[in-house]
Amino acid sequence: MEKYLDILVFTLAGAAFPLIAVGGGLILRRRYPDVEKERAYESGELPIGDARIPFHISYYVFALVFLVFDIESVFLYPWAVIYLHLNHVLAFLEIVVFVGILLAGWLYAWKKKVLSWM
Amino acid sequence: MNILLAAALKVVGVLVFVMANAFMLIWLERKVSGYIQRRYGPLRVGGPAGIYQSAADILKLLAKEDFMPGGADRWLWLLAPVVSMVPAVLVYLVLPIGRTFTLQDLGVGLVFFSSVTSFTLLAIFMAGWGSNNKYSLLGAMRAGAQLFSYEVPLILSTIGVVLIAGSLRLQTIVAAQTQHGWFFFEQIVGFIVFFIASIAELNRTPFDLAEGESEIIAGYHTEYSGMRWAMFMLAEYSNLFTSSALGVALFFGGWHGPWLPGWVWFLLKTYIVVFVGMWIRWTLPRIRIDQLLDLGWKFLLPVSVANILGTALVLMVR
Repeated sequence: MEKYLDILVFTLAGAAFPLIAVGGGLILRRRYPDVEKERAYESGELPIGDARIPFHISYYVFALVFLVFDIESVFLYPWAVIYLHLNHVLAFLEIVVFVGILLAGWLYAWKKKVLSWM
Repeated sequence: MNILLAAALKVVGVLVFVMANAFMLIWLERKVSGYIQRRYGPLRVGGPAGIYQSAADILKLLAKEDFMPGGADRWLWLLAPVVSMVPAVLVYLVLPIGRTFTLQDLGVGLVFFSSVTSFTLLAIFMAGWGSNNKYSLLGAMRAGAQLFSYEVPLILSTIGVVLIAGSLRLQTIVAAQTQHGWFFFEQIVGFIVFFIASIAELNRTPFDLAEGESEIIAGYHTEYSGMRWAMFMLAEYSNLFTSSALGVALFFGGWHGPWLPGWVWFLLKTYIVVFVGMWIRWTLPRIRIDQLLDLGWKFLLPVSVANILGTALVLMVR
């Protein structure tokens, strides 16, 4: 319980700190709003169109491959913790099979050239 | 009530440390970069070796006008600095500072650390998407690809240490090194992967594509100024400290050392790692994004997987 309380307090304090810091500067700072000042910066030119443009598909493929390996690491953590208490040969072979399947997928992604930048 | 008071005291201590740490590191970084480039760095503001420069910077940032770019996504833009600050503060909970001194020694300390730090990407992306600025969005997209690519080797490189220590609790990992010797020697491959990946996770040169000044202005924080911008920098310097501290705990024996008290050793080792990070930052040029992704996916990933299997094999034979 104490642990969760600590995490909660740290989260709230971490969120409150920037608000206090930004608010605290209000005494010191002045504000002169101006159209030019509030325009999005585009190397001094007038901004052309909306900035939120669609992006290349390769970003999403990277995200997919990342997800696969991130979940792999979640499986590897518990295995690594109790490895010394397991039947070593069996535990080792199991993880070789598990990592091997993932590496086959990784090689497939490499051969399909989704791991290189377009 | 007592628990609440203890938690409040801890968090105030951490926040004071975060500010003091940033104060020192900003000055140190400018000094280190100065001497590497054969100049003096800040001197004129005064104080010993120009340390008042940091105080002057903070005053300037406090007094700077605060405005939101037109067309910005209001809530995303306002919340991004807040979101970047939360994980920076949270990770201090699990750092093994001294022999019996951890703010909250969680049993899953290492997983907690890596899961919390991955929220940094969320803040970067909120800032980039919210700003309605093309450079910001480019920086955020680059940061996305980069942090995705380097988080996998970063996590996998720590598993070798977990295999030997048999625990995710950082205090236990450090204690295992007092009998066993530093894991740096056995896990040197893991350490190299960890160090490269953590520099990339911090968005520091040679991996600072997300905010490369000479290419995309300032990347995701182009549209931020004053205190809001300072929050990003504060979080960045805090993350620099905490990720170096994690490296020290995992590979360099944490608080373990002769004569001096544990926390002194811990801070000393951490700042040495921070200094090496700065040294690399001011020595190497920025790499291209295709080189960055190739290094992550085609070199660090297979090397870290091979390191896990090799460590497991050695432990099995032993």
